[in-house]
Amino acid sequence: MWKKALSAALLASGLAAIPAAARAEAPAPYQITPELEAAAKAEGKVVFYTATDVAVAEKLAEHFKTKFPGIDVQVERAGSERVFQRIGQEYSTSIYNADVIETSDAVHFEYFKRQGWLEPMVPQEVADKWPADERDPDGNFAAYRAHLSVLAYRTDLMKEADAPKTWEDLLDPRFKDKMVKAHPGYSGTVMTSTFVLSQMLGWDYFEKLGKQNIMQVQSSTEPPKKLAQGERALEVDGNEYNVFRLIDEGKPIKIVYPDEGTPLAVGNAAVLKQAPHPNAAKLFYAFLFSLDAQQLNSDFGGLRSFHPDVKEKQGRTPLSKIKVLHSDPAKLEPEIQTIKANYEKFFGT
Amino acid sequence: MTSIAQVQGRRSSIDLSWPTFALLSLVLSVLVLLPLFWLAYYSLRSDTGGGATLDNFIALVADPTLLRAYGLAISMALAVGILACLIATPMAWLVARTDLPARRIIRMLVTASFVTPPFIGAIAYEILAAPNSGIVNIIYRSAFGLDPSQYLVNIYTFSGLVFAIACFTFPYVFTLVANALDKVPSDLEDASSILGGKSMTTLRKVTIPLVLPAMLAGTLIAILQALTMFGSPAILALPAGFHVITTKIWSLFQFPPRLGLAAAAALPLLIITVVLLRAQKSILGRKGYTVLGGKSGTPRITKLGSWKWVAVAFVFCILSLTILLPYLAILKTAFTGTVGDPINFDTLTLRHWKFVLFEFSATQLALRNTFLLGFLTATAVTAIALVVSYLVIRRSVPGARYLGVLATAPVAIPGIVLGVGLFLSYANPTFQLYGTIWILLIAFMTIELPAGYQQMSSAFAGVHPELEEAGRIMGASRLRTLWDITAPLLRTSVVAAWCFVFVGTIRELSATILLTTANTKLVSVIIYDLNESGDLGAICVLGIILLVASFAVVFVANRVPVLGGSQMNARG
Repeated sequence: MWKKALSAALLASGLAAIPAAARAEAPAPYQITPELEAAAKAEGKVVFYTATDVAVAEKLAEHFKTKFPGIDVQVERAGSERVFQRIGQEYSTSIYNADVIETSDAVHFEYFKRQGWLEPMVPQEVADKWPADERDPDGNFAAYRAHLSVLAYRTDLMKEADAPKTWEDLLDPRFKDKMVKAHPGYSGTVMTSTFVLSQMLGWDYFEKLGKQNIMQVQSSTEPPKKLAQGERALEVDGNEYNVFRLIDEGKPIKIVYPDEGTPLAVGNAAVLKQAPHPNAAKLFYAFLFSLDAQQLNSDFGGLRSFHPDVKEKQGRTPLSKIKVLHSDPAKLEPEIQTIKANYEKFFGT
Repeated sequence: MTSIAQVQGRRSSIDLSWPTFALLSLVLSVLVLLPLFWLAYYSLRSDTGGGATLDNFIALVADPTLLRAYGLAISMALAVGILACLIATPMAWLVARTDLPARRIIRMLVTASFVTPPFIGAIAYEILAAPNSGIVNIIYRSAFGLDPSQYLVNIYTFSGLVFAIACFTFPYVFTLVANALDKVPSDLEDASSILGGKSMTTLRKVTIPLVLPAMLAGTLIAILQALTMFGSPAILALPAGFHVITTKIWSLFQFPPRLGLAAAAALPLLIITVVLLRAQKSILGRKGYTVLGGKSGTPRITKLGSWKWVAVAFVFCILSLTILLPYLAILKTAFTGTVGDPINFDTLTLRHWKFVLFEFSATQLALRNTFLLGFLTATAVTAIALVVSYLVIRRSVPGARYLGVLATAPVAIPGIVLGVGLFLSYANPTFQLYGTIWILLIAFMTIELPAGYQQMSSAFAGVHPELEEAGRIMGASRLRTLWDITAPLLRTSVVAAWCFVFVGTIRELSATILLTTANTKLVSVIIYDLNESGDLGAICVLGIILLVASFAVVFVANRVPVLGGSQMNARG
């Protein structure tokens, strides 16, 4: 009884050691065939765990449904870290709800791969078009989207001359009480950007930033919305794509790409090995990387794409013109607890 | 049917009482004791590997972030209790014992504030009183021509949080004090007047001491509610940059979860709750007899005279803060683009409605789950409470009063603690209930059982057993008399208890947040998720749907002719 309870407990805390999946060649690329479509239709449904903004994810799901009628898409949107927490809780209790999973924290996919939770597969589009370092060599996952975590401000509440140009500028007393910021314990984007910036600027930068009386929100989709409401004049971090969408709606917001560089968050997607709808998952996964879906992500969602044929909207700064800060998930992973603890020390939560 | 059946009726009834008793004891023990056992077990287990350890309890006293969260939670709860008492007591007196106009409507509006889930209230106050985009601050700045950095109120502060919680917990104090004032016999007050006491002296020396126990009891409930609340602090305290204990425990569930520390951090909350409830019991036990003296004559009504308008202004002010302003803010946000937009024909839009009803795929599932669980929980809890209170009050089985203790015990288990306990109990390979609605049903039944039981047992105490005895003499079994005779006599209380549990289930968030998965979404949880991504318009639409549906259910349950009118309405 005790032994059983203990092993149950170990499983529940997600610490049971599962031997790392043996390194294997990536499987051969696949295309969307009529057989796959028919098999997917027979399953009738695909469950998509995602960290993309809910309106963007729902739009994508709608597009999928018009393209492949008869297959329903259940969109489960939460912040990256909560998607990760949820899948961890579910898998440790043998609940297999999710078919396709997507978060903006690259560390998660290294973890899933180690646990052997992913089903390797490579859509033809990914094999043909994707840069080699934006997909897993073993074919477990690929970069479905990317976005920057940006500084942005309200042009009606702050003059361009007063707006910050660099990360160090944010420590100026004139920005006290004016900033909003998302949380690394909740958002994968912010976890990545906090790691990159703490490496570049040191933790004492965050200690000083913590004294600026910053409004703390959770998801990195939230600071742009607080700007739109006019609740704060300046966001320290937040998804570039949300800002694009608000600018498209006519909100007076402007992005700043600081001189030191802007952190990039790569959102991977993968199909789970225990997917309850394996064929629908395979179809949906291929759809995610199609030019159609990637272009929709860019136009409607403002996401950056690794698909070379995607056309960026007029007026947006192309990625090539921005100094981008990359992060290495392998180096980030052991630092997660430290980042959370330091963050709580300097920002209170 | 035949005389043999009649003769055997009594014997079989004795046989039935025992199995019912045994079954209920088993169900209640599983509901209440199992989660507590696992909580204690995990708190003694290391998070990083197997083996027994006291590390979690050492972390509890050594980790400054946990201590700070506890300190803030306790001071927040005390402040809420005091504020709620200060608002509710004068209002209850005005409504129960003066000639204030529109007293019935006021009582109804306070009930409306009770039906409002606190997290909806917190979101409404974000819309109203955020320092820059808050409607109140916008009006304040434009009225005085101030620059954008000025603000009147800031809800993202400790005091803002206390205020927002107090607005939706004061009905507990109000209801208890108003009911006590209804019952206080007027002869003691008459005696004071006859002896020459002015009305103020009578109030101070006689009436207030008589309702003091009710005030204290209500304040303690408000303190407990605030201490164990998750939604409002998560919405208002995190942006302000601090954790209270419930949000801190929740953050320990971030993957990889630190279950042992979460369990250890939950235990002091349980102990504080037990201590507070014991304090309430001892206070009530000592002073309660005065109120329980029974009714003698109608309550004295004080004429307010020229003070009437001051009183009206006071009550109007309180109701504006707790009902009118929040609801107006929610309505406005549901129908305009973003919170900051002014109201005119250009900004009016149905796009949030379109999004919630047609584009957001979680809505339907969540609405269905929420109302299904509301119905199941309310029905199951009312049925169990009915049978348990019957067994306890009529003392039909020796040892029955332990059932009463078990049915009351969950009061001492805060929602988030129960959530942790249930997760540990049922999210393992033996009981794979996590991910189904059954784990939520168990959670809701456990949480709501004490409220249902309290209502049913006080209703039972008022029914004379002679009618049941008549039924028993005629050969009906115990359960048969209960269903055929006693239950119909109690139908108004049954309906009231059912509604109470239903509303309580719909507004639950603290245990729910740890127990839902993709297929078991509830409206409260999707509201919380949407809040994290900042979609206030969609939240307000869902909030309106939730409120309208809750009111409709309560209204229909009270109006169905078979069920008769309800006490809630008789009270007004």
